[in-house]
Amino acid sequence: MRVGVLALQGAFREHILAFEALGASVRAVRLPAQLDDTDGLVIPGGESTAIAKLMRTYGFYEAVRARHADGMAVWGTCAGAILIASDIVDASSDQEPLGLMHSVVRRNAYGRQVDSFETDLDIAHLGEPFRGVFIRAPLIESVGEDIEVLARHGGLIVAVREGDLLATTFHPELTGDLRVHRYFLDRVVGAR
Amino acid sequence: MSDNATTGTLRVKTGLAEMLKGGVIMDVVTAEQARIAEDAGAVAVMSLERVPADIRAAGGVARMADPTIVDQIVGAVSIPVMAKCRIGHFVEAQILQSLGVDYIDESEVLTPADEEHHVNKWDFTVPFVCGARNLGEALRRIGEGAAMIRTKGEPGTGNVVEAVRHMRTMLEEIAWVAGVREEQLFTVAKDLQAPYDLVKWVHDNGTLPVVNFSAGGIATPADAALMMQLGCDGVFVGSGIFKSGDPIKRAKAIVEATTHFEDADIIARVSRDLGEAMVGINISDIPDAERMQERGW
Repeated sequence: MRVGVLALQGAFREHILAFEALGASVRAVRLPAQLDDTDGLVIPGGESTAIAKLMRTYGFYEAVRARHADGMAVWGTCAGAILIASDIVDASSDQEPLGLMHSVVRRNAYGRQVDSFETDLDIAHLGEPFRGVFIRAPLIESVGEDIEVLARHGGLIVAVREGDLLATTFHPELTGDLRVHRYFLDRVVGAR
Repeated sequence: MSDNATTGTLRVKTGLAEMLKGGVIMDVVTAEQARIAEDAGAVAVMSLERVPADIRAAGGVARMADPTIVDQIVGAVSIPVMAKCRIGHFVEAQILQSLGVDYIDESEVLTPADEEHHVNKWDFTVPFVCGARNLGEALRRIGEGAAMIRTKGEPGTGNVVEAVRHMRTMLEEIAWVAGVREEQLFTVAKDLQAPYDLVKWVHDNGTLPVVNFSAGGIATPADAALMMQLGCDGVFVGSGIFKSGDPIKRAKAIVEATTHFEDADIIARVSRDLGEAMVGINISDIPDAERMQERGW
């Protein structure tokens, strides 16, 4: 089992280090051909506009959709949660979602950087509270019927799962707490 | 904000810099330029009154941008907006925080307001990025609360040589500190004029405790990839884009070269037909007193 981390821009190194710490086989993905032998893909936090433009230029939209249809699991954190959604509220002019997950996501929903925050979250299946780091975070405004809401903060959705798809609007890769990475490996990629 | 949420923590401040990694931050002076930068794939824009090449040409005192311009830029794009304040000018910093910018650059490109003290950046909720030529300077800035570092280079020159010098100096000094024996660290801290705890952190971890971008003289896709291969986390491009013949094409090319910095085929492709690059300046032609990198203490 091998996971890939989309390494076009953003906090991809931290995800790679987290998977390495768990003993997983992990690679940085910069070109679509590198998805061929990947069982699970992380689309990391970063600037969703910049990542989307690079994805389009290098043919990632078609490749990720095709590999997901073949059974590749996908986890989007922050910008990644925006990009895997079916609809983006307040998308920039040419920002197209991948349309993998039945979710509607609003960009920069909590405000500007001075409104970025951290807080303890109760996440389903993980036990003890998890430190959620929210940076210019998006909001998952609504989800389809078959989606399991894993965590909320202040009543708002911050983590969801739909089959082989996982979305978190916060950044587990910045905390050193590997439980969400473990969950993705064992329960999402491993359960396919 | 709802229950038990904390804003302005160091992790939240450094975290935004982590999200900018592998990206290009572009200097802009108008909302129109900010939109062009966002369309080209910039991860953030830097708002200032004039780009460094024009500051250099105009002379006189360079200050924070007019709040109206900052507002227009904040309103024009959805990516993070940074803005420059003068070294030590904590009121300009207070104004920029009140305008809602996402990062403040306490910058040597502007005329310093204080020749001894930098802004106490711990006083602010908004994070700061600061310039540094070497490890000691970087750790002094981090000690003052900077959540991101950029090596200085020599702004407004289109000449990458100082950016290379500063990045190499930084990495060589980090490797040296990581390699000394623990009892030497007290003297190392004294020699670097840096806080002991931060010197110890660099010794233990072999890296800076915050993200380190490269700045000051990057003008081509190859320049950007060079700095990435040397080991920086991302690049600032100031005058290099909007002082060139075809800003849109050059901006996109620098973005792609920064992502694919180890792929010479891609860098070669995006480097074609970019039009005229900004006219460069040889560092030896700049009198010492006019070198922006000397500002900061």
